[in-house]
Amino acid sequence: MTTTVNEPAARQAAALPRLLPAAPEDLRRHLARYGPMPYRGQAGLLIGDIETSGLAGRGGAAFPVYRKLAIVARARGRKVVVANGAESEPASRKDELLLRAAPNLVLDGLQLAAEATGATEAHLYTHYGPTPQLLRALAERAAAGLDMVDVTITQAPPRFLAGQESALVNHLGGGPALPTFQPPRVTERGLRGAPTLVQNVETLAHIALIARYGPRWFRAAGTSAEPGSMLTTVYSPDGKCRVIETEIGAPLNTLLSSGPETRAWLVGGYHGAWLPLPKAAALTLDNGTLKKYGAAAGAGVLAALPSDRCGLTETARIVSYLAAESAGQCGPCLNGLPRIAAGLAELAGPRPRRQVRADVERWAGLVEGRGACHHPDGTVRFVRSALTVFAPELSRHEKGQCSATNRRPFLPLPDGIPTSEDDWI
Amino acid sequence: MPETLDSLKVNPIDCTGHGVCAELLPELIWLDEWGYPVVDPRPVPPQLDREARRAVAACPALALKLMRR
Repeated sequence: MTTTVNEPAARQAAALPRLLPAAPEDLRRHLARYGPMPYRGQAGLLIGDIETSGLAGRGGAAFPVYRKLAIVARARGRKVVVANGAESEPASRKDELLLRAAPNLVLDGLQLAAEATGATEAHLYTHYGPTPQLLRALAERAAAGLDMVDVTITQAPPRFLAGQESALVNHLGGGPALPTFQPPRVTERGLRGAPTLVQNVETLAHIALIARYGPRWFRAAGTSAEPGSMLTTVYSPDGKCRVIETEIGAPLNTLLSSGPETRAWLVGGYHGAWLPLPKAAALTLDNGTLKKYGAAAGAGVLAALPSDRCGLTETARIVSYLAAESAGQCGPCLNGLPRIAAGLAELAGPRPRRQVRADVERWAGLVEGRGACHHPDGTVRFVRSALTVFAPELSRHEKGQCSATNRRPFLPLPDGIPTSEDDWI
Repeated sequence: MPETLDSLKVNPIDCTGHGVCAELLPELIWLDEWGYPVVDPRPVPPQLDREARRAVAACPALALKLMRR
């Protein structure tokens, strides 16, 4: 079957931004801009186009989207699709903005994913729950008879791991948002035992456009190995935060400043990695390039740490948050992360004891790969990059000095670190 | 002749750090400084197959598994 491409709309949407309109759009304007819902009329038909497009998940793990679609499509019986907008990464704002500016693009993608997999149950899981705006979008779609599957909106608990696939499935099933041991994967056995497709909301928005304009259109942006555009949340040294849609493979220095006002870059959020300047200034935003530096684009959080701040202090503050966000289910993470956090707090202060750095490195090795989820692995990546990139600062601290002239925290954390077990529910 | 390609895996959520596994199978399992098992990820060699099965059966938390790779 060939897809009819809406040519003028496709041309209009080829330039960036593809996903973000200048102002939030209602259903009528959404359909005028992008054209009608491109249902394929049968399960499975969209999956080939998604495979050709090369779309990878935009929630952080960059997993090939067609593979999850195909696994759920192949399964028999009741199936579920979930749009994941939990955005539990505290520095990320892109999913929130996308849901506010283009909710219909996400909801189109959710319906198309339901059709492609043969799912009869659909959920939207977000940090803010059923906002008036989302409810209005669903009501407009219902009035227009656009949706084939009803969508249930559920609010994610404000925890770092609440958006992790198995935690999400547990929460939608009425339990706490805690990760479980896999296998089985949620694509095989997810919500109440049903094969479940979980896709980030931005990923679904890309699906809605690929279904309309085709994989070739999608591949006109990005690199051949990592096609398309992605939403990034960018922090400049003055502390301002913007959501920017960019081509994958864009030079990082078009998004982040690399001048003397910047000490280092953080790429990929709090499970991401620090990059040294000026060494990293010529890198591009794609995993093929970032991999060589132990980094990944993740969910697109990019930050330029100002030169008046101490990278060790920033890292210690974030790692103590990450340690508090351990689900506490796995021994190595439960024991290791608080020790790593305490070690970093000492390294961030004056004259740390000599063995602390070696302790932190040993504990990092001990927690890596030993959790049911990737929380310890992501935390270790972040910590190791800090010890490498801020090695000169570490030497200063050993002599009782610190190059920071500004003690105010730079990277954002949620207000009030959760302390109660009830927060998981 | 039966060939084992299984490797040992711990479900870290179920594991409570009893340490029985490391006692029964020190060749493939050791305990970290908090008492939790670190498991050799490679396939269990045939000469240790029986000991590996014994360690799996002895885990009080049913957290140790032999899994096909």
